[in-house]
Amino acid sequence: MKTIYVDNAATTKMSKAAISAMMPYFEEIYGNPSSLHTVGQIAKEALVKARMDVAEALGADVKEIYFTSGGSEADNQALLTAAELGERKGKKHIISQKTEHHAILHALNKLEKRGFEVTLLDVDGDGLVTAEQVKNAIREDTVMVTIMTANNEIGTIMPVKEIAAVCREKGVLFHTDAVQAVGHIHIDVKEMGCDMLSLSAHKFHGPKGVGVLYVRKGLFPSTLIEGGAQERGRRAGTENIAGICGMAAAIKEAVSKIDENAEKLTKMRDRLIEGLGEIPHSILNGSRTSRLPGNVNMCFEGIEGESLLLYLDAKGICASSGSACTSGSLDPSHVLLAIGRPHEIAHGSLRLSLCEENTMEDMEFIIQSVKEVVERLRSMSPIWQDLQEGKRNYVIQR
Amino acid sequence: MLYSDKVMDHFTNPRNVGTIENADGVGEVGNAKCGDIMKIFLKIDDGIITDVKFSTFGCGSAIASSSMATEMIKGKPVSQALELTNKAVVEALDGLPAHKIHCSVLAEEAVKAAVKDYYDKNGIEYDPEMFAQKHDCEHCG
Repeated sequence: MKTIYVDNAATTKMSKAAISAMMPYFEEIYGNPSSLHTVGQIAKEALVKARMDVAEALGADVKEIYFTSGGSEADNQALLTAAELGERKGKKHIISQKTEHHAILHALNKLEKRGFEVTLLDVDGDGLVTAEQVKNAIREDTVMVTIMTANNEIGTIMPVKEIAAVCREKGVLFHTDAVQAVGHIHIDVKEMGCDMLSLSAHKFHGPKGVGVLYVRKGLFPSTLIEGGAQERGRRAGTENIAGICGMAAAIKEAVSKIDENAEKLTKMRDRLIEGLGEIPHSILNGSRTSRLPGNVNMCFEGIEGESLLLYLDAKGICASSGSACTSGSLDPSHVLLAIGRPHEIAHGSLRLSLCEENTMEDMEFIIQSVKEVVERLRSMSPIWQDLQEGKRNYVIQR
Repeated sequence: MLYSDKVMDHFTNPRNVGTIENADGVGEVGNAKCGDIMKIFLKIDDGIITDVKFSTFGCGSAIASSSMATEMIKGKPVSQALELTNKAVVEALDGLPAHKIHCSVLAEEAVKAAVKDYYDKNGIEYDPEMFAQKHDCEHCG
Protein backbone atom coordinates (compact mmCIF):
# COMPACT_ATOMS: atom_id res chain seq x y z
CA MET A 1 0.00 0.00 0.00
CA LYS A 2 1.26 3.43 -0.93
CA THR A 3 1.66 5.92 1.91
CA ILE A 4 0.28 9.36 1.11
CA TYR A 5 1.72 11.74 3.65
CA VAL A 6 -0.41 14.88 3.88
CA ASP A 7 0.50 16.04 7.38
CA ASN A 8 3.30 18.40 6.43
CA ALA A 9 2.10 21.08 8.85
CA ALA A 10 2.98 18.62 11.63
CA THR A 11 6.36 17.83 10.20
CA THR A 12 8.01 17.17 6.86
CA LYS A 13 10.28 14.53 5.42
CA MET A 14 13.85 15.80 5.28
CA SER A 15 15.14 16.82 1.88
CA LYS A 16 18.14 15.08 0.33
CA ALA A 17 19.96 18.42 0.41
CA ALA A 18 19.35 18.79 4.15
CA ILE A 19 20.45 15.24 4.90
CA SER A 20 23.67 15.50 2.91
CA ALA A 21 24.43 18.88 4.46
CA MET A 22 24.21 17.27 7.91
CA MET A 23 26.19 14.09 7.33
CA PRO A 24 29.74 15.50 7.64
CA TYR A 25 28.98 16.85 11.10
CA PHE A 26 28.49 13.48 12.71
CA GLU A 27 31.78 11.78 11.91
CA GLU A 28 34.19 14.09 10.13
CA ILE A 29 33.53 17.57 11.46
CA TYR A 30 32.59 16.80 15.03
CA GLY A 31 34.37 19.71 16.71
CA ASN A 32 32.91 22.21 19.13
CA PRO A 33 32.82 25.64 17.45
CA SER A 34 33.98 27.20 20.71
CA SER A 35 37.25 25.23 20.61
CA LEU A 36 40.37 26.98 19.42
CA HIS A 37 41.94 24.00 17.69
CA THR A 38 41.53 23.16 14.02
CA VAL A 39 38.79 20.57 14.50
CA GLY A 40 36.72 23.15 16.40
CA GLN A 41 37.44 25.94 13.98
CA ILE A 42 36.28 23.91 10.99
CA ALA A 43 32.99 23.46 12.79
CA LYS A 44 32.90 27.18 13.49
CA GLU A 45 33.32 27.97 9.81
CA ALA A 46 30.34 25.77 9.04
CA LEU A 47 28.30 27.67 11.63
CA VAL A 48 29.24 31.01 10.10
CA LYS A 49 28.32 29.80 6.64
CA ALA A 50 24.98 28.38 7.83
CA ARG A 51 24.14 31.65 9.57
CA MET A 52 24.83 33.51 6.33
CA ASP A 53 22.56 31.21 4.36
CA VAL A 54 19.71 31.52 6.85
CA ALA A 55 20.11 35.31 7.06
CA GLU A 56 20.06 35.61 3.29
CA ALA A 57 16.91 33.49 3.00
CA LEU A 58 15.11 35.85 5.37
CA GLY A 59 16.58 39.13 4.10
CA ALA A 60 18.24 39.58 7.50
CA ASP A 61 21.74 40.39 8.70
CA VAL A 62 23.83 37.54 10.14
CA LYS A 63 23.90 39.31 13.51
CA GLU A 64 20.13 39.14 13.65
CA ILE A 65 19.97 35.33 13.54
CA TYR A 66 19.85 33.38 16.82
CA PHE A 67 19.77 29.61 16.53
CA THR A 68 17.38 27.84 18.88
CA SER A 69 16.07 24.33 19.46
CA GLY A 70 12.99 25.09 17.37
CA GLY A 71 9.93 27.25 16.95
CA SER A 72 8.62 26.85 20.49
CA GLU A 73 11.87 27.99 22.03
CA ALA A 74 12.06 30.93 19.64
CA ASP A 75 8.49 31.95 20.54
CA ASN A 76 9.21 31.70 24.25
CA GLN A 77 12.39 33.71 23.92
CA ALA A 78 10.67 36.41 21.87
CA LEU A 79 7.96 36.81 24.49
CA LEU A 80 10.44 36.86 27.33
CA THR A 81 12.48 39.50 25.49
CA ALA A 82 9.47 41.77 25.17
CA ALA A 83 8.39 41.07 28.74
CA GLU A 84 11.73 41.99 30.24
CA LEU A 85 11.89 45.12 28.13
CA GLY A 86 8.35 45.97 29.22
CA GLU A 87 9.20 45.43 32.87
CA ARG A 88 12.09 47.87 32.57
CA LYS A 89 9.89 50.46 30.89
CA GLY A 90 6.82 49.87 33.03
CA LYS A 91 4.85 48.61 30.03
CA LYS A 92 3.03 45.44 30.91
CA HIS A 93 0.45 44.92 28.20
CA ILE A 94 0.80 42.44 25.32
CA ILE A 95 -1.53 41.96 22.37
CA SER A 96 -2.02 38.68 20.53
CA GLN A 97 -4.92 36.78 19.01
CA LYS A 98 -6.95 33.66 19.70
CA THR A 99 -5.66 31.24 17.07
CA GLU A 100 -1.96 31.46 17.98
CA HIS A 101 0.02 28.27 18.53
CA HIS A 102 0.18 27.02 22.12
CA ALA A 103 3.87 27.97 22.21
CA ILE A 104 2.59 31.56 22.23
CA LEU A 105 -0.67 31.13 24.17
CA HIS A 106 0.85 29.13 27.02
CA ALA A 107 3.89 31.42 27.25
CA LEU A 108 1.45 34.34 27.46
CA ASN A 109 -0.40 32.60 30.31
CA LYS A 110 2.88 32.43 32.14
CA LEU A 111 3.47 36.15 31.59
CA GLU A 112 0.00 36.88 32.95
CA LYS A 113 1.05 35.17 36.17
CA ARG A 114 4.04 37.48 36.14
CA GLY A 115 1.77 40.54 36.15
CA PHE A 116 1.27 41.16 32.45
CA GLU A 117 -2.07 41.93 30.95
CA VAL A 118 -2.77 40.10 27.70
CA THR A 119 -5.35 41.09 25.11
CA LEU A 120 -6.29 38.25 22.77
CA LEU A 121 -7.97 39.68 19.70
CA ASP A 122 -10.91 37.85 18.14
CA VAL A 123 -10.56 36.57 14.60
CA ASP A 124 -13.25 36.70 11.93
CA GLY A 125 -14.86 33.62 10.38
CA ASP A 126 -11.84 33.18 8.12
CA GLY A 127 -9.42 33.35 11.03
CA LEU A 128 -8.17 36.83 10.19
CA VAL A 129 -7.31 39.78 12.40
CA THR A 130 -6.94 43.24 10.92
CA ALA A 131 -4.32 45.93 11.43
CA GLU A 132 -7.22 48.16 12.50
CA GLN A 133 -8.07 45.77 15.36
CA VAL A 134 -4.45 45.81 16.47
CA LYS A 135 -4.31 49.60 16.24
CA ASN A 136 -7.41 49.97 18.39
CA ALA A 137 -6.06 47.59 21.01
CA ILE A 138 -2.69 49.30 21.43
CA ARG A 139 -2.44 51.27 24.68
CA GLU A 140 0.14 53.50 26.32
CA ASP A 141 1.47 50.51 28.24
CA THR A 142 1.56 48.05 25.33
CA VAL A 143 5.02 46.62 24.89
CA MET A 144 4.46 44.05 22.19
CA VAL A 145 2.10 42.65 19.60
CA THR A 146 2.58 39.03 18.56
CA ILE A 147 0.55 37.72 15.64
CA MET A 148 1.40 34.59 13.66
CA THR A 149 2.23 34.90 9.96
CA ALA A 150 0.13 31.88 9.02
CA ASN A 151 -2.03 29.57 11.09
CA ASN A 152 -0.89 25.99 11.56
CA GLU A 153 -4.38 24.46 11.50
CA ILE A 154 -6.43 26.43 9.02
CA GLY A 155 -3.62 27.98 6.96
CA THR A 156 -4.94 31.54 7.15
CA ILE A 157 -2.25 34.09 6.27
CA MET A 158 -2.44 37.16 8.50
CA PRO A 159 -1.86 40.73 7.23
CA VAL A 160 1.45 40.88 9.13
CA LYS A 161 2.97 43.65 7.02
CA GLU A 162 0.08 46.02 7.82
CA ILE A 163 0.15 44.97 11.48
CA ALA A 164 3.91 45.56 11.64
CA ALA A 165 3.41 49.06 10.18
CA VAL A 166 0.82 49.89 12.84
CA CYS A 167 3.17 48.66 15.57
CA ARG A 168 6.09 50.65 14.20
CA GLU A 169 3.97 53.79 14.04
CA LYS A 170 2.95 53.30 17.68
CA GLY A 171 6.43 52.34 18.88
CA VAL A 172 5.37 48.86 19.93
CA LEU A 173 7.43 45.72 19.28
CA PHE A 174 6.06 43.27 16.74
CA HIS A 175 6.84 39.56 16.83
CA THR A 176 5.51 36.98 14.43
CA ASP A 177 5.48 33.20 14.70
CA ALA A 178 6.30 32.34 11.08
CA VAL A 179 6.82 28.63 11.69
CA GLN A 180 4.22 27.61 9.09
CA ALA A 181 5.11 30.34 6.61
CA VAL A 182 8.88 30.25 6.14
CA GLY A 183 9.84 28.28 3.06
CA HIS A 184 6.22 28.28 1.84
CA ILE A 185 5.43 31.95 1.21
CA HIS A 186 7.83 34.85 0.61
CA ILE A 187 9.22 36.18 3.86
CA ASP A 188 11.58 39.13 4.01
CA VAL A 189 11.95 40.46 7.53
CA LYS A 190 12.84 43.98 6.39
CA GLU A 191 9.95 44.15 3.97
CA MET A 192 7.57 42.79 6.60
CA GLY A 193 8.93 45.15 9.22
CA CYS A 194 8.83 42.74 12.16
CA ASP A 195 11.13 43.13 15.16
CA MET A 196 11.27 39.42 15.90
CA LEU A 197 10.32 36.29 13.97
CA SER A 198 10.32 32.59 14.88
CA LEU A 199 10.86 29.68 12.54
CA SER A 200 11.38 25.94 12.75
CA ALA A 201 13.50 23.85 10.36
CA HIS A 202 11.36 20.71 10.27
CA LYS A 203 8.45 22.52 8.65
CA PHE A 204 10.39 23.02 5.41
CA HIS A 205 12.16 19.66 5.04
CA GLY A 206 14.92 20.44 7.53
CA PRO A 207 15.71 18.49 10.69
CA LYS A 208 13.68 18.51 13.91
CA GLY A 209 15.06 20.20 17.01
CA VAL A 210 16.42 23.33 15.38
CA GLY A 211 14.99 26.75 14.65
CA VAL A 212 15.70 30.43 14.58
CA LEU A 213 14.72 33.55 16.42
CA TYR A 214 15.31 36.57 14.22
CA VAL A 215 15.81 39.71 16.29
CA ARG A 216 16.37 42.98 14.48
CA LYS A 217 19.51 45.00 15.15
CA GLY A 218 19.29 47.22 18.19
CA LEU A 219 17.09 44.80 20.12
CA PHE A 220 18.73 42.21 22.34
CA PRO A 221 17.03 38.93 23.14
CA SER A 222 16.69 37.93 26.79
CA THR A 223 18.21 34.60 27.71
CA LEU A 224 16.01 31.55 28.28
CA ILE A 225 19.02 29.32 28.86
CA GLU A 226 22.00 30.48 30.90
CA GLY A 227 25.47 29.16 30.32
CA GLY A 228 28.18 29.68 27.75
CA ALA A 229 28.59 32.58 25.35
CA GLN A 230 27.13 30.87 22.30
CA GLU A 231 24.84 32.93 20.04
CA ARG A 232 26.56 36.12 21.19
CA GLY A 233 25.72 35.31 24.77
CA ARG A 234 21.97 35.12 24.13
CA ARG A 235 21.47 31.37 23.92
CA ALA A 236 23.82 29.10 25.81
CA GLY A 237 24.60 25.53 24.83
CA THR A 238 26.94 23.90 22.33
CA GLU A 239 25.50 24.51 18.90
CA ASN A 240 23.58 21.76 17.12
CA ILE A 241 25.92 22.08 14.15
CA ALA A 242 24.50 19.20 12.12
CA GLY A 243 20.97 20.48 12.66
CA ILE A 244 21.89 24.06 11.87
CA CYS A 245 23.64 23.05 8.64
CA GLY A 246 20.67 20.87 7.69
CA MET A 247 18.34 23.79 8.34
CA ALA A 248 20.50 26.15 6.25
CA ALA A 249 20.45 23.75 3.30
CA ALA A 250 16.71 23.21 3.66
CA ILE A 251 15.79 26.90 3.83
CA LYS A 252 18.04 27.69 0.88
CA GLU A 253 16.37 25.03 -1.22
CA ALA A 254 12.83 25.91 -0.07
CA VAL A 255 13.31 29.60 -0.81
CA SER A 256 14.86 28.94 -4.22
CA LYS A 257 11.85 26.82 -5.24
CA ILE A 258 9.20 28.79 -3.42
CA ASP A 259 7.19 30.00 -6.44
CA GLU A 260 7.41 26.71 -8.30
CA ASN A 261 6.31 24.75 -5.21
CA ALA A 262 3.56 27.21 -4.31
CA GLU A 263 2.10 26.94 -7.79
CA LYS A 264 2.09 23.15 -7.66
CA LEU A 265 0.66 23.02 -4.14
CA THR A 266 -2.03 25.61 -4.86
CA LYS A 267 -3.35 23.53 -7.76
CA MET A 268 -3.52 20.39 -5.61
CA ARG A 269 -5.00 22.31 -2.68
CA ASP A 270 -7.72 23.81 -4.85
CA ARG A 271 -8.60 20.43 -6.32
CA LEU A 272 -8.97 19.01 -2.79
CA ILE A 273 -11.15 21.91 -1.67
CA GLU A 274 -13.32 21.48 -4.74
CA GLY A 275 -13.53 17.68 -4.49
CA LEU A 276 -14.12 17.48 -0.74
CA GLY A 277 -16.58 20.37 -0.98
CA GLU A 278 -18.86 18.00 -2.92
CA ILE A 279 -19.46 16.07 0.31
CA PRO A 280 -22.85 17.22 1.64
CA HIS A 281 -22.76 19.29 4.84
CA SER A 282 -19.05 20.01 4.71
CA ILE A 283 -17.34 23.35 5.09
CA LEU A 284 -13.86 24.78 4.51
CA ASN A 285 -12.13 26.21 7.55
CA GLY A 286 -9.95 29.28 7.05
CA SER A 287 -9.74 31.87 4.33
CA ARG A 288 -10.32 30.81 0.74
CA THR A 289 -7.88 33.41 -0.59
CA SER A 290 -5.43 34.41 2.15
CA ARG A 291 -4.29 30.84 2.64
CA LEU A 292 -1.10 28.78 2.69
CA PRO A 293 -0.59 26.99 -0.63
CA GLY A 294 -0.59 23.52 0.94
CA ASN A 295 -3.34 23.75 3.57
CA VAL A 296 -6.80 22.23 3.41
CA ASN A 297 -8.97 22.07 6.53
CA MET A 298 -12.58 20.98 6.44
CA CYS A 299 -15.36 20.01 8.81
CA PHE A 300 -17.83 17.25 8.03
CA GLU A 301 -21.03 17.29 10.01
CA GLY A 302 -22.09 14.21 11.99
CA ILE A 303 -18.73 12.50 12.32
CA GLU A 304 -15.77 12.57 14.67
CA GLY A 305 -12.22 13.37 13.53
CA GLU A 306 -10.19 10.64 15.18
CA SER A 307 -12.18 7.81 13.62
CA LEU A 308 -11.92 9.63 10.28
CA LEU A 309 -8.12 9.75 10.65
CA LEU A 310 -7.87 6.08 11.60
CA TYR A 311 -9.94 4.93 8.63
CA LEU A 312 -7.88 7.15 6.32
CA ASP A 313 -4.69 5.78 7.86
CA ALA A 314 -5.91 2.29 7.00
CA LYS A 315 -5.95 3.48 3.37
CA GLY A 316 -2.41 4.82 3.67
CA ILE A 317 -3.41 8.48 4.08
CA CYS A 318 -1.66 10.32 6.93
CA ALA A 319 -3.63 13.39 7.97
CA SER A 320 -4.58 15.34 11.09
CA SER A 321 -7.69 16.56 12.92
CA GLY A 322 -8.71 19.17 15.44
CA SER A 323 -11.05 16.87 17.36
CA ALA A 324 -10.77 16.67 21.14
CA CYS A 325 -9.66 13.05 20.90
CA THR A 326 -6.67 14.07 18.84
CA SER A 327 -5.94 17.29 20.74
CA GLY A 328 -5.48 15.35 23.97
CA SER A 329 -8.02 17.47 25.85
CA LEU A 330 -11.77 17.58 26.35
CA ASP A 331 -12.19 20.43 23.92
CA PRO A 332 -11.67 20.43 20.21
CA SER A 333 -9.22 22.79 18.50
CA HIS A 334 -9.16 26.32 19.94
CA VAL A 335 -8.62 27.57 16.39
CA LEU A 336 -11.84 26.04 15.06
CA LEU A 337 -13.75 27.34 18.09
CA ALA A 338 -12.25 30.81 17.51
CA ILE A 339 -13.54 30.95 13.92
CA GLY A 340 -17.01 30.13 15.23
CA ARG A 341 -17.36 26.40 14.66
CA PRO A 342 -19.50 24.85 17.40
CA HIS A 343 -17.92 22.00 19.40
CA GLU A 344 -19.80 19.19 17.66
CA ILE A 345 -18.67 20.48 14.25
CA ALA A 346 -15.09 21.12 15.33
CA HIS A 347 -14.84 17.47 16.42
CA GLY A 348 -15.36 16.47 12.80
CA SER A 349 -12.44 18.32 11.27
CA LEU A 350 -9.76 17.12 8.89
CA ARG A 351 -6.51 18.87 8.05
CA LEU A 352 -4.57 17.90 4.96
CA SER A 353 -1.25 19.70 4.58
CA LEU A 354 0.52 19.06 1.32
CA CYS A 355 4.08 19.08 0.06
CA GLU A 356 5.62 19.15 -3.39
CA GLU A 357 6.13 15.38 -3.37
CA ASN A 358 2.37 14.81 -3.43
CA THR A 359 0.73 14.35 -6.83
CA MET A 360 -2.60 15.12 -8.44
CA GLU A 361 -3.31 11.36 -8.44
CA ASP A 362 -2.83 11.42 -4.67
CA MET A 363 -5.44 14.18 -4.46
CA GLU A 364 -7.97 12.13 -6.44
CA PHE A 365 -7.33 9.13 -4.18
CA ILE A 366 -7.74 11.30 -1.09
CA ILE A 367 -11.02 12.79 -2.34
CA GLN A 368 -12.41 9.34 -3.12
CA SER A 369 -11.21 7.93 0.22
CA VAL A 370 -12.54 10.80 2.34
CA LYS A 371 -15.90 10.53 0.60
CA GLU A 372 -16.09 6.80 1.37
CA VAL A 373 -14.96 7.16 4.97
CA VAL A 374 -17.27 10.08 5.75
CA GLU A 375 -20.16 8.11 4.31
CA ARG A 376 -19.24 5.04 6.33
CA LEU A 377 -18.94 6.97 9.59
CA ARG A 378 -22.16 8.83 8.93
CA SER A 379 -23.94 5.52 8.35
CA MET A 380 -23.10 4.53 11.93
CA SER A 381 -23.55 7.96 13.52
CA PRO A 382 -26.64 8.62 15.66
CA ILE A 383 -26.18 12.35 15.04
CA TRP A 384 -26.34 11.83 11.30
CA GLN A 385 -29.49 9.71 11.71
CA ASP A 386 -31.10 12.49 13.72
CA LEU A 387 -30.08 15.09 11.15
CA GLN A 388 -31.51 13.03 8.32
CA GLU A 389 -34.75 12.41 10.16
CA GLY A 390 -35.09 16.11 10.98
CA LYS A 391 -34.76 15.51 14.75
CA ARG A 392 -31.73 17.77 14.80
CA ASN A 393 -30.90 20.82 12.71
CA TYR A 394 -27.91 20.93 10.40
CA VAL A 395 -25.19 23.36 11.46
CA ILE A 396 -23.49 23.21 8.06
CA GLN A 397 -26.31 23.97 5.68
CA ARG A 398 -25.07 22.46 2.44
CA MET B 1 0.35 2.01 18.21
CA LEU B 2 -2.26 3.91 20.14
CA TYR B 3 -4.68 0.97 20.21
CA SER B 4 -4.47 -2.79 20.71
CA ASP B 5 -5.13 -5.14 17.79
CA LYS B 6 -8.46 -6.01 19.41
CA VAL B 7 -9.53 -2.36 19.44
CA MET B 8 -8.43 -1.91 15.85
CA ASP B 9 -10.30 -5.06 14.84
CA HIS B 10 -13.54 -3.89 16.47
CA PHE B 11 -13.04 -0.39 15.08
CA THR B 12 -12.25 -1.53 11.55
CA ASN B 13 -14.92 -4.26 11.45
CA PRO B 14 -17.47 -3.14 14.02
CA ARG B 15 -20.02 -5.80 14.97
CA ASN B 16 -23.75 -5.10 15.28
CA VAL B 17 -23.79 -1.70 13.60
CA GLY B 18 -27.25 -0.44 12.78
CA THR B 19 -30.66 0.13 14.30
CA ILE B 20 -33.60 -2.07 15.27
CA GLU B 21 -37.08 -1.02 14.19
CA ASN B 22 -39.48 -1.04 17.15
CA ALA B 23 -36.70 -2.00 19.54
CA ASP B 24 -37.74 -3.17 23.00
CA GLY B 25 -35.18 -0.88 24.59
CA VAL B 26 -33.17 2.08 23.29
CA GLY B 27 -30.44 3.87 25.23
CA GLU B 28 -28.55 6.95 24.17
CA VAL B 29 -25.71 8.46 26.19
CA GLY B 30 -23.02 11.05 25.63
CA ASN B 31 -23.08 14.49 24.13
CA ALA B 32 -22.20 15.86 20.69
CA LYS B 33 -20.33 18.69 22.34
CA CYS B 34 -17.95 16.20 23.96
CA GLY B 35 -17.48 14.35 20.72
CA ASP B 36 -19.15 11.05 21.53
CA ILE B 37 -22.70 9.73 21.47
CA MET B 38 -23.62 6.06 21.75
CA LYS B 39 -27.02 4.63 21.01
CA ILE B 40 -27.88 1.00 21.69
CA PHE B 41 -30.98 -0.86 20.49
CA LEU B 42 -32.18 -4.08 22.16
CA LYS B 43 -34.54 -6.78 20.99
CA ILE B 44 -35.66 -8.74 24.04
CA ASP B 45 -37.63 -12.00 24.11
CA ASP B 46 -38.47 -13.69 27.39
CA GLY B 47 -35.83 -11.69 29.22
CA ILE B 48 -33.14 -12.66 26.72
CA ILE B 49 -31.37 -10.13 24.47
CA THR B 50 -31.98 -11.78 21.13
CA ASP B 51 -30.60 -8.92 19.06
CA VAL B 52 -28.59 -5.80 19.67
CA LYS B 53 -27.43 -2.98 17.40
CA PHE B 54 -25.55 0.24 17.95
CA SER B 55 -24.80 3.55 16.32
CA THR B 56 -21.94 5.68 17.59
CA PHE B 57 -20.57 9.12 16.89
CA GLY B 58 -17.09 9.16 18.31
CA CYS B 59 -13.46 8.20 18.17
CA GLY B 60 -11.93 4.83 17.41
CA SER B 61 -12.18 3.57 20.96
CA ALA B 62 -15.81 4.70 21.23
CA ILE B 63 -16.75 2.66 18.17
CA ALA B 64 -14.68 -0.33 19.34
CA SER B 65 -16.19 -0.15 22.85
CA SER B 66 -19.72 -0.09 21.42
CA SER B 67 -18.95 -3.01 19.18
CA MET B 68 -17.42 -5.05 22.01
CA ALA B 69 -20.19 -4.24 24.49
CA THR B 70 -22.87 -5.36 22.04
CA GLU B 71 -21.01 -8.62 21.44
CA MET B 72 -20.77 -9.20 25.19
CA ILE B 73 -24.50 -8.88 25.83
CA LYS B 74 -25.88 -10.54 22.71
CA GLY B 75 -27.86 -13.69 23.56
CA LYS B 76 -27.55 -13.01 27.29
CA PRO B 77 -30.33 -12.50 29.84
CA VAL B 78 -31.12 -8.84 30.58
CA SER B 79 -30.00 -9.34 34.17
CA GLN B 80 -26.56 -10.35 32.93
CA ALA B 81 -26.34 -7.36 30.59
CA LEU B 82 -26.88 -5.15 33.61
CA GLU B 83 -23.78 -6.62 35.17
CA LEU B 84 -21.60 -5.52 32.25
CA THR B 85 -18.92 -3.18 33.54
CA ASN B 86 -16.71 -0.80 31.65
CA LYS B 87 -13.76 -2.68 33.13
CA ALA B 88 -14.91 -5.87 31.47
CA VAL B 89 -15.20 -4.03 28.14
CA VAL B 90 -11.67 -2.64 28.53
CA GLU B 91 -10.32 -6.10 29.37
CA ALA B 92 -12.08 -7.68 26.42
CA LEU B 93 -10.47 -5.05 24.18
CA ASP B 94 -7.01 -5.84 25.60
CA GLY B 95 -6.89 -2.41 27.18
CA LEU B 96 -7.57 1.20 26.22
CA PRO B 97 -5.28 4.23 26.63
CA ALA B 98 -5.94 6.03 29.94
CA HIS B 99 -7.64 9.03 28.32
CA LYS B 100 -10.00 6.70 26.41
CA ILE B 101 -11.37 4.79 29.39
CA HIS B 102 -14.43 7.06 29.38
CA CYS B 103 -15.43 5.47 26.06
CA SER B 104 -15.86 2.13 27.82
CA VAL B 105 -17.87 3.88 30.55
CA LEU B 106 -20.18 5.25 27.88
CA ALA B 107 -20.63 1.73 26.49
CA GLU B 108 -21.63 0.40 29.90
CA GLU B 109 -24.01 3.29 30.39
CA ALA B 110 -25.54 2.93 26.93
CA VAL B 111 -26.36 -0.72 27.64
CA LYS B 112 -27.88 0.22 31.01
CA ALA B 113 -29.85 3.08 29.49
CA ALA B 114 -31.30 0.69 26.92
CA VAL B 115 -32.28 -1.81 29.63
CA LYS B 116 -33.80 1.00 31.70
CA ASP B 117 -35.85 2.03 28.69
CA TYR B 118 -37.03 -1.58 28.33
CA TYR B 119 -37.99 -1.69 32.01
CA ASP B 120 -39.82 1.64 31.74
CA LYS B 121 -41.72 0.60 28.64
CA ASN B 122 -42.80 -2.67 30.24
CA GLY B 123 -43.54 -1.36 33.71
CA ILE B 124 -40.86 -3.50 35.28
CA GLU B 125 -39.78 -2.22 38.67
CA TYR B 126 -36.13 -1.53 39.40
CA ASP B 127 -33.80 0.23 41.77
CA PRO B 128 -32.94 3.66 40.22
CA GLU B 129 -29.54 3.44 41.93
CA MET B 130 -28.64 0.79 39.39
CA PHE B 131 -28.72 3.37 36.64
CA ALA B 132 -26.74 6.16 38.27
CA GLN B 133 -24.35 7.79 35.76
CA LYS B 134 -20.75 6.85 36.35
CA HIS B 135 -18.79 9.17 34.13
CA ASP B 136 -18.30 12.80 34.93
CA CYS B 137 -17.86 15.37 32.25
CA GLU B 138 -18.25 19.11 32.58
CA HIS B 139 -20.00 19.26 29.21
CA CYS B 140 -22.30 16.25 29.52
CA GLY B 141 -23.07 17.02 33.17
